[in-house]
Amino acid sequence: MSLVLAVGVLTSLAMAIGLLLAWATRRFQVAGDPVADAIDALLPQTQCGQCGYPGCRPYAEAIASGDADINQCPPGGAATVTALADLLGREATALDSRYGVEKPAQRALIDETRCIGCTLCIQACPVDAIVGAARYMHTVIAADCTGCELCLPPCPVDCIDLVPLPEPLRSPRRPAPA
Amino acid sequence: MTEYALLLIGTVLVNNVVLAKFLGLCPFMGTSRNLDHAVGLALATGLVLTLTSGLCWLAMHWLLAPLGLEYLRVLVFILIIAATVQFTEALLRKLAPVLYQALGIFLPLITTNCAVLGVALLNTYAQRSLFAALLFGAGSALGFGLVLVLFAAARERLDASPVPAAFRGVPIALVSAGLMALAFMGFAGMDR
Repeated sequence: MSLVLAVGVLTSLAMAIGLLLAWATRRFQVAGDPVADAIDALLPQTQCGQCGYPGCRPYAEAIASGDADINQCPPGGAATVTALADLLGREATALDSRYGVEKPAQRALIDETRCIGCTLCIQACPVDAIVGAARYMHTVIAADCTGCELCLPPCPVDCIDLVPLPEPLRSPRRPAPA
Repeated sequence: MTEYALLLIGTVLVNNVVLAKFLGLCPFMGTSRNLDHAVGLALATGLVLTLTSGLCWLAMHWLLAPLGLEYLRVLVFILIIAATVQFTEALLRKLAPVLYQALGIFLPLITTNCAVLGVALLNTYAQRSLFAALLFGAGSALGFGLVLVLFAAARERLDASPVPAAFRGVPIALVSAGLMALAFMGFAGMDR
């Protein structure tokens, strides 16, 4: 009799606790990936792909899931590596040179005497910073360009140069283009 | 009133759950070198300790004792502790996701922390009232957190010190913990 009582008490207690936990996990559900959000907020948003991922958000998600190391972002440089290390409580290692080297803030400049209006650079730009159309002059919007260099390889006449930014625009963290 | 104040001081300092009773040594030794994570783990363990000391008292006096099932107390206490840890995990995942990811496996390991079960059982053996049991749990939580933070800070400095090769890592940490326990013995007799 007391065995039946003991089994009954334990079973009902376990079931009650199970239901309570089911409610709790539903109530405290987390939408999205807040860790990836926090990491993405520290990345420079150049969307250049030098880290090996197609953009800053995929790289942030890879760091959050442990697939990528924190030292793969050349545009972010050592400052970003340190910020990520502080956020995640890890060692701040040196920038991985396999993914590129840190360069000073720069932007692309199209030489208008050589541009043929082929639109290949417009298609390559990840932040849509080049204005132009087929057989019309192409121009880089300086405020939107992140210096990611993705427009240089497609240009058939090699008319795009990288020029350093003047001092006031040279900040390590760029806001996302509006 | 004074007896409750003395109980609190006694639990936090004199009969410190880690350094005097030697419970909960796993997270104490396994604490990351990072002070922020140690504080996070101490808070999570503290929350679980306080909640479970109250819930286990309720389970003992409202469920087990009236039905004559006191011999099931270890089983039931573990059940309550595991559920509380799950609850704390869900809460932490929502409120502090970066800390949740940084603590990793140490959060579910609070279930196996013998300090949590130990406090619940000690409350039963000492036959305390609900308020005294909660105070004991909160005091143990405070004492645990205090020692964890002190030790994490000491370890951060040990990492930068010229320790002999044979002692580096866990050995010197254990020696330091022993010295800290010796120091805490200076509080003995304070709660009389």
